[in-house]
Amino acid sequence: MNNAVLLQSVRFIVLVLLQVTLLNTINLSQYINPYLYILFIITFPISDKDNRLLFIFLSFLLGLSVDLFSDSGGAHAAASVLIGYLRKPYMRFSFGVSYQQQGQKIAQSPFSQRLIYISLMILTHHLTLFFIESFSFANMMYVIQKTLLSSILTLVLILFSISMFKKKQ
Amino acid sequence: MRQIIIFIVRNKNFLLFLLLFCFSLGITIHSHIFHRSTFINSANFISGGVYGTVTNISDYFSLKTYNNRLIDENIRLREELLKNGISEIDSTVTSSTDSTTNYVLHRAEVYKNSYKAPKNYLLINKGSHQGIKEDMGVITSGGIIGIVENTSANYAVVQSVLNTNSQINASLKNTNHFGTLSWNEKKDYRKVQLTDIPKQANIKIGDTIITGGMSSIFPKGILVGTVEKFTFNQSGNAYIIDVKLNNDMTNVGYVYIIENKDKNEIEQLLETTENE
Repeated sequence: MNNAVLLQSVRFIVLVLLQVTLLNTINLSQYINPYLYILFIITFPISDKDNRLLFIFLSFLLGLSVDLFSDSGGAHAAASVLIGYLRKPYMRFSFGVSYQQQGQKIAQSPFSQRLIYISLMILTHHLTLFFIESFSFANMMYVIQKTLLSSILTLVLILFSISMFKKKQ
Repeated sequence: MRQIIIFIVRNKNFLLFLLLFCFSLGITIHSHIFHRSTFINSANFISGGVYGTVTNISDYFSLKTYNNRLIDENIRLREELLKNGISEIDSTVTSSTDSTTNYVLHRAEVYKNSYKAPKNYLLINKGSHQGIKEDMGVITSGGIIGIVENTSANYAVVQSVLNTNSQINASLKNTNHFGTLSWNEKKDYRKVQLTDIPKQANIKIGDTIITGGMSSIFPKGILVGTVEKFTFNQSGNAYIIDVKLNNDMTNVGYVYIIENKDKNEIEQLLETTENE
């Protein structure tokens, strides 16, 4: 148990540092910025029996840490706590109602189900984030454009990270 | 009472989510309304320390660019000296009416820079202990960067010109018509928009835009960029000009912070005039 807590803490810190020092400085285009740190929320080990309160609070804390570094008010915190809360319904939707009983991990699930789940999480997060950052309805098209383009890069990075750290059976 | 407790226990996840979500939105709205007093900003010892470590390493990769920039600036200054003649660099010339002596420059290094968000900020490694205060102008050898917005003991957050809140007074170099410099997030980070220049002004593509000196933040004559494209506004009596920034906002490096020694005096004077 202690080992798991330590592992998750390290992942939390590494992902935040990676995000603010490296990924936020990539200059591909003004539309594209990947947000890999939500990998923490996507892959956090949690089941139905566990206490979701802690998980929702951790999601919030993750977003707030990124906000602290990037002068974005509370935009990352809001987007992160939203997908932290929506994770359960999204998992149910993508993996089916019986996903808990099988006790499967995300890395071992069928690729199509995994893709739906991760895409839903990323799109929700990015849309909320860019919308709150923009803080107006006037730039709707621009926000959507930015969401789609950034989501593609985030998706590629997250799929790559998951397959890289997949445990061999 | 029992009902309420049962309701809370049953919906505790949703209630916690709602609380935290509203709190985050609250911070965001707060930072939009009172943009001077946001309590979540990167001018703190944690982010300052992290960005400082990273900058110390990444500096080595930019040494050549910074050197070239310094040499370019030196060449420009030396040319100016030769143009004015050496005799004028004489202590007798500096009289009390010379307005440029009212400005003091501080140097700082940029620790964090952003240019892709609608509201972009830079973090610099000088703060209130080194005499940096809010509302000081920030420039490089290539032109304007932004205005200091928040300071902590050793760091300061600078509102970039690439910020939808940014409003800077700027004018045409040739004709002295002045307008307001702002930024539209839909345009890219190489361009800012200059509005309110009356249509009487004669504008050509490639004209130089400089700061207007109508505020106590920037002295007159600091380079902004060049006119890239212009159209008229809806009523047709003023220009909307796309200005190509002379600075590369994606690679800033070192900056100068301008302190106006007469700032308090000017502001007091304006205040008393308005109150009368």
